[in-house]
Amino acid sequence: MHSENQKHDFEPKIIAFVCTWCTYAGADLAGTSRMQYPSNVRVLKFPCTGRIDPVFILKAFQQGADGVLVSGCHPGDCHYIAGNFHARRRFAAFRKLLEFIGVDLGRLAFSWVSAAEGGKWVEVVTDLTEKVRAMGPMVEFKDLALEEQWSGVINTPELQEAYDAI
Amino acid sequence: MSRIGVFICHCGENISRTVDVERVAEEVGRLPGVAFSTDYKYMCSDPGQTLVKKAIQEQKLSHVVVAACSPRMHEKTFRKAVEAAGLNPFLCEMANIREHCSWVHENREEATVKAIDIVGMMVERVKKNRILPTITVPVTKRALVIGGGIAGIQAALDIADCGHEVILVEREPSIGGHMAQLSETFPTLDCSQCIMTPKMVDVANHPKIKLYTYSEIELVEGYIGNFQVTIKKKARSVDEDKCTGCGVCMTKCPQKKIPNKFDQNIGMRTAIYVPFPQAVPNTPVIDRDNCTWFKTGKCGVCQKVCGPGAIDFEQQDTLIVEAVGAIVVSTGFDLYTIAEKPKGSPIKGYGEFGHGKIPDVIDGMTFERLASASGPTGGKILRPSDGKEPKQIVFIQCVGSRAREKGISYCSKVCCMYTAKHTMLYHHKVHDGQAYVFFMDARTPGKSYDEFWRRSIEEEEAVYIRGMVSRLYQKGDKIVVMGSDISVGVQVEIEADMVVLATAIQPQKGADALAQKLGISYDKYHFYSEAHAKLRPVECATAGIYLAGACQGPKDIPETVSQASAAAAKVMTLFSRDQMEREPIVARVREAGCVGCFACKKVCAYGAVEEKEIRDRQGNLIKIVAYVNPGVCAGCGTCQATCPSKSVELDGYTDEQIIAMIEAL
Repeated sequence: MHSENQKHDFEPKIIAFVCTWCTYAGADLAGTSRMQYPSNVRVLKFPCTGRIDPVFILKAFQQGADGVLVSGCHPGDCHYIAGNFHARRRFAAFRKLLEFIGVDLGRLAFSWVSAAEGGKWVEVVTDLTEKVRAMGPMVEFKDLALEEQWSGVINTPELQEAYDAI
Repeated sequence: MSRIGVFICHCGENISRTVDVERVAEEVGRLPGVAFSTDYKYMCSDPGQTLVKKAIQEQKLSHVVVAACSPRMHEKTFRKAVEAAGLNPFLCEMANIREHCSWVHENREEATVKAIDIVGMMVERVKKNRILPTITVPVTKRALVIGGGIAGIQAALDIADCGHEVILVEREPSIGGHMAQLSETFPTLDCSQCIMTPKMVDVANHPKIKLYTYSEIELVEGYIGNFQVTIKKKARSVDEDKCTGCGVCMTKCPQKKIPNKFDQNIGMRTAIYVPFPQAVPNTPVIDRDNCTWFKTGKCGVCQKVCGPGAIDFEQQDTLIVEAVGAIVVSTGFDLYTIAEKPKGSPIKGYGEFGHGKIPDVIDGMTFERLASASGPTGGKILRPSDGKEPKQIVFIQCVGSRAREKGISYCSKVCCMYTAKHTMLYHHKVHDGQAYVFFMDARTPGKSYDEFWRRSIEEEEAVYIRGMVSRLYQKGDKIVVMGSDISVGVQVEIEADMVVLATAIQPQKGADALAQKLGISYDKYHFYSEAHAKLRPVECATAGIYLAGACQGPKDIPETVSQASAAAAKVMTLFSRDQMEREPIVARVREAGCVGCFACKKVCAYGAVEEKEIRDRQGNLIKIVAYVNPGVCAGCGTCQATCPSKSVELDGYTDEQIIAMIEAL
């Protein structure tokens, strides 16, 4: 299991998009069972993985996430009948797109964790954290975010000064 | 500007041990929009809730974030508290800093930083929360019960006795189910027919129960309180209104050698038949596959002898639509027939037991029919092969059950008890006979159950051998049973006259297809899943659908009856109001943006998306847009992620809220 005292040079930011009924409950179970895992992950709860728009993943990378996890109910177990199937299709296509624009797919994990699988949640989160830690920070999208700011808003005193000088 | 109140809970020491709650309160208090932040030992306690309510009023808070346990635990508690203080409950969110933080991390610094992040994200989210009014939907106070065994009968009678109309649908020609087949019941040995048939008559005579036998569920539409169910009434070929149940047709029918399924195919019936004499309704059915008229176009004897002229060869299947508010599913079980392994099934058969090949190797239900006074042998225990009385009988338990390597890992729960009953019935009927039982463990929890099992050994002289059987084979007119007695560690060989297998209990065939029509979930064995294993054992996760009996898992009669009454009580709770409230987490369409591509309609698993016409004042059609029926929508949000023009939004999980959370990182 992950040792919390070990110091690392780089602590990745991991965002997890999970469904309420299976994975969120599975993560709750990991808590009630007092399992330990790296504290890098931040969980966002959705009713269903079907609700997760790929834009959120892009947004997360843009906001500084180094790894993103999407997790829901096992196929056939969806609380909303078929939401996870729609999610699976959507992400299969979306991964291709990410690959095309040059994102290392190791940064995006997709898994099924049921409400009874606290251990699997720990495993999935730990694996992704360690993998992304080895890969180092994700810079591409943060640079993009900066570019966006260049074209839009003047938000540093240096820029303001330069602007005023014109 | 929002005035957010943040309340950090210590949860005794559960959170404060690893999270510096004071620091979290202090840091979060500095976030823009946060007007008040505090920590408290037990936020969910009465003083804790009072603290929240007081702060809302005194600080004029507009939104509330409670950082404590999982929202699955106390979201309802705090939303209620917030509502009591005059805020809309959906302006309150919970940040999970216990299950997702303090319990899973040991490093205080790391956990505190994470807790600050989690609360910060929720603060940003709650700013975008909107007031959501509760949605009320009307409730149709009629119930549908699927399956007319003891579970369905009990549920139907309980609901009907409360004055609500019940529609009871049964696939077979008569209600009664498996309980009607049993001879006597454990642990009291009272005759099953004697306690079952009066209940069946009560169903037939109840003014509030509408009975559809020989019928199946074709289609289920709608949602809690408002289901539309299409029932297929199969052609009986007998007019139910005209038939008096005199039975002349059955005595005159020339086709007399058709195996009767009710008698486990050891008894015979005619082509026009009722499955058993006490059938309800007592209206025969023509088995079109075996009737000479339907096969050759000749005969028609039944039509000629029928006084009231009830025989109708032209009858067709009819479809009936019924509106109901709640559904009780009680489709029951079937016994695992090891003789015929269904194609493609992951379950392995028991070829070594010769079931289906050796005629005197029978299953437990067949023994019930042999022992039943109304059975094919009139209650005498006779071998199916030659009609002789078996003097040595071997019972084998756990056939199919508790055998992971064969594909079924669960315990069928009733076999230990019914085998003990079988040894008693056998001893009562064949005084000089000897019963042997091969068993793994005797599982007899239940009132007076263990006493009953011990009685079978101590008073009724059954010999229990702990160990399993490896092989059965025919030798002359005997069946040689080769097994082991593990308590003394020897091989055992018994020359038996008859072998009874306690085969596993499985859900009814087609349980999965029915589940798909109803939109309820089932496990890998096709037993239906309850909403919560402990706290909601009779409800499905799909609102408005309830479970009773062995369709949910192996059960004995008292348990089945209790669950049926519990399901009925749940239905009555729903029917106690004219309108019901539901969570307003539903999708809404922004009509200005909708282009009417209906991608949302294609992905909606509930059929909640309808087409809506937008017309100008002159009535000219401007465009057709999507409309989400708030009563049907389950709130999964798949439509929103699918919509290419971002014109549909799921309340409570809007893009704005989620982006705000991501941006708070």
